[in-house]
Amino acid sequence: MRALRRFLTRLGNFVMRRRDDERLLRETEEHLALQTDENIRAGLPPREARRQAKLKFGGVATIGEDYRAERNLQFIDAFVQDIRYGARMLRRSPGFAAIAILTLALGIGANTALFSVVNGVLLNPLPYPQSSQLAAIYGKTPGVYRGPITYLNFLDWQRDTRTFSSMAMYRNQDYNFIGKGEAERLSGYMISAGFFSTLGVQPVLGRTFRADDDRVGAAPVVILSGGFWERRFGSSPDIVGKSITLNGVSCTVVGVIPSSFTFYGQLRDVYTPIGQWNDPSFRDRRIDMSAHAIGRLEPGITLAQAQADMDGVARNLAASYPEADKDVGITLSSMKEDMVGKVQPLLLVLLAAVGFLLLIACTNVANLLLARSMGRSREFAVRAALGASQMRVIRQLLTESILLAGCGGALGLLLAFWGTKAVLGALPAALPRAGEVSLDSRVLLFTLGVSLLAGILFGLAPALKTSRVNLQEILKESGRGSSGARHRLQGVFVAAEVAMALVLLIGAGLMVRSLAALWRVDPGFNPSHAITFDLSLPAAAQTGSAETRARLRLFDEKMRDIPGVEAVSVTLGSRPMIHDSSLPFWIEGQPQPATIQDMHQAMFYLVEAGFQKAMGIALERGRFITSQDNENAPVAIDIDDVFARAYFPRENPVGKHIHLALFNVDAEIVGVVGHVKQWGLDADPKSAIEAQFDYPFMQLPEKLMPLVADAVAVVLRTKGDPTAVMGPVRRAVEEIDPREVIYAVQTMDEVVANSFAARRLSMVLLGIFAMLALALSCVGIYGVISYLVGRRTHEIGLRMALGAQRSDVMRLVLGHGAKMALIGVAIGLAGALGLTRLMAGELFGVTAHDPLTFLAVAVVLICVALAACYIPARRAMRVDPMVALRYE
Amino acid sequence: MVLKTLDVLGPLHGYGIARRIEQISGDLLAVNQGTLYPVLLKLEQEGSIASEWGASENNRRARFYRLTRDGRKRLEAETRGWEQTAAIIGRFFEVKPEDLR
Repeated sequence: MRALRRFLTRLGNFVMRRRDDERLLRETEEHLALQTDENIRAGLPPREARRQAKLKFGGVATIGEDYRAERNLQFIDAFVQDIRYGARMLRRSPGFAAIAILTLALGIGANTALFSVVNGVLLNPLPYPQSSQLAAIYGKTPGVYRGPITYLNFLDWQRDTRTFSSMAMYRNQDYNFIGKGEAERLSGYMISAGFFSTLGVQPVLGRTFRADDDRVGAAPVVILSGGFWERRFGSSPDIVGKSITLNGVSCTVVGVIPSSFTFYGQLRDVYTPIGQWNDPSFRDRRIDMSAHAIGRLEPGITLAQAQADMDGVARNLAASYPEADKDVGITLSSMKEDMVGKVQPLLLVLLAAVGFLLLIACTNVANLLLARSMGRSREFAVRAALGASQMRVIRQLLTESILLAGCGGALGLLLAFWGTKAVLGALPAALPRAGEVSLDSRVLLFTLGVSLLAGILFGLAPALKTSRVNLQEILKESGRGSSGARHRLQGVFVAAEVAMALVLLIGAGLMVRSLAALWRVDPGFNPSHAITFDLSLPAAAQTGSAETRARLRLFDEKMRDIPGVEAVSVTLGSRPMIHDSSLPFWIEGQPQPATIQDMHQAMFYLVEAGFQKAMGIALERGRFITSQDNENAPVAIDIDDVFARAYFPRENPVGKHIHLALFNVDAEIVGVVGHVKQWGLDADPKSAIEAQFDYPFMQLPEKLMPLVADAVAVVLRTKGDPTAVMGPVRRAVEEIDPREVIYAVQTMDEVVANSFAARRLSMVLLGIFAMLALALSCVGIYGVISYLVGRRTHEIGLRMALGAQRSDVMRLVLGHGAKMALIGVAIGLAGALGLTRLMAGELFGVTAHDPLTFLAVAVVLICVALAACYIPARRAMRVDPMVALRYE
Repeated sequence: MVLKTLDVLGPLHGYGIARRIEQISGDLLAVNQGTLYPVLLKLEQEGSIASEWGASENNRRARFYRLTRDGRKRLEAETRGWEQTAAIIGRFFEVKPEDLR
């Protein structure tokens, strides 16, 4: 209590700058006067009386010092003094300060940028209340761990669960919207009634769906997103209760949700009740319609408990509906893990990489400080001689380095701000939750912490070294010569830098090799000069199949008329690296399996005659589908070579038949085409369905035509730049029917590149970090060698005067640099052997210990290090012995 | 000692306190009198004493120190503490070897 009071008073004195010594002076004066009087009374002569009084009082200066120490907070005073002094020192050597601050800014900036990404993506909770209770719910079938679920199963899961407080289903559904102005394709979700309440999202206007909206036959209703509401209705508050027309159906707007609402990073325009959809396939327990589910756990329930509960639910259903649910399980994962789990290892590898970069930057600055401190050793010797304690000198040096780190941190924050924006902007597809990355208070705190830590880290070693000097030595030495220990420390620093740079370079090298291997993978189609987009059609419930077919044929015709278009095909089902869809089948002549679960599965592509040419797929046998394979002809399909090898290993599949269970058609195989990399270039083929077949679009069964009537996908092959034809394509579509809308345009090159965007991002970043590390360590080597050469000018001159050749001098200097570099490379290789194993999961087509990468990087690094030594070595070679000796 | 002096004599200036301590200790504690002032400042910053300017015996301005309520409490506490300590130590000196048998 008393101590606190004392501290506060002193702090107050410090803040108020109360430091007048008048009070003490007066009291002293008074004291002396009284004592003198007393002494005179005792019979001393006045002068002697005064002298005695002073003697008794003691040293005025010492007492004043104690008095001031008691009054103020000395250490703050000293700190402010040190900062002023440090700033003055830095101003006096702007070159040194600039290099040090810039180096630190790079290191701290890279760390801040990456940490802000890690913070936004991995650390921050999802933007929903109590988001840790949210889970993604998947169907699990043999071979598919996280699959879609069927509606009837969902309803039963929702009813039977005892660990989820609520569950909700959602499915992609886009709509044609014709308001005032041009037609628009709206993105949307069909959702079950509890969707928004499960997420904990409140509408800004009106209400969300109720259970009685979410059933067949209920009045059509819609919820708008805040963004769509602003864009098309100017945020009009009386929108609730009005109607908008979606796919020709008039729907009443019941609510608006906040414009900030995103779901799996997606912003949607509209939400409709999924329970109103009465498509027979959707209400078939055996057929998945790409619907997914989420749930909110009861408070206090863990994911493992919920998993046990849901396993039981799945077992019961499998017993009740053996035909549909025999092998259907349930996979749960936390929603956050579901969103970002894939990029977590990658981000951690990158975080480790920038950590190394910062260490290198610190080492570099430490080296600079060390070299500089040798120039300043006289200054410190003088200070020590004047009574500064070792602690005091260390404190001052540390203050200077923290000052440097602070400046570097501030500049680094700026770099991070721009850097994060630039990287995320360049590769938006690479990261989930990229929109949530920002410089928040946690990032700022991180930067502050890192800066302080860096300041202490690089400041401590030189400060300790400098303060522990032998006074007499230095004052005697008159500024030349120095202790060997310090050179050794510099050598250690350089070797450490080289080692860390090597680890980073090897990491980057492995990523480059992975990407090169990926680019060499044949996707099975020719992505260049191919472009794909989605086309929405003005369909309504009563649109007939004939009308849809006619519309698509007209579209094909118009496309072929456009100059520059070589081939066109409308497509649905799977699209390589964009959309996955599979069908169960059995081979004619073999016994029909009892249930769908027992049938083989193959990826299917709804195609037209132009598909093979538009995609650039090889035809290996027989013929491809033609325009004669239409609704009036028997069904003909092409299978891929994987299908052929798997199911017709020793025979010619052409002419054979397979039965497609859900289409309920027999199809004749008319040809074999090359396999397409459906799952991306880097996918592991063992974990997914690989067999594929192409099915003629026009032969789609009647009952499925309404499902495709409102939107199809298109692939085009062009002579030149594929984006150049999009203008004429849009005009042609406008001519056919202004209600048709083109959206989601991507060149196939982009599709391929996006399939490994995250890997590309990490390669680009690792590459940048490695180059920075290389540059920094070169500067480090260069600095140390040229410093040593400068120091040894005299010695070199002497050697030359005694007959050493220039080549001897060169060898001497280069040898010194090479020794440091080689030691660093050896340590770095050992470190890399251990560390690259951690990134094995991110590599493709190369092992974590790829000898070629290790060797190449080591050789490059040694060459660069020698080059950095060469410049100062040449300077040493040109030393004129006479000048060097006279320099004495 | 400073607190007790102020307690007994009432408000006093620095020289007075120094003299008083000297007298009572019988000049055994004749340290440099100046060292008193940092101690006074510390006590004041801790709130045990307060000070103000006043006129000294020969009518010059001097700083007078007096005990505050906090200071009085502290004095009592420390007095008790000291008496206890002294009593304990005293008992140790009184103990004779035969008492322990």
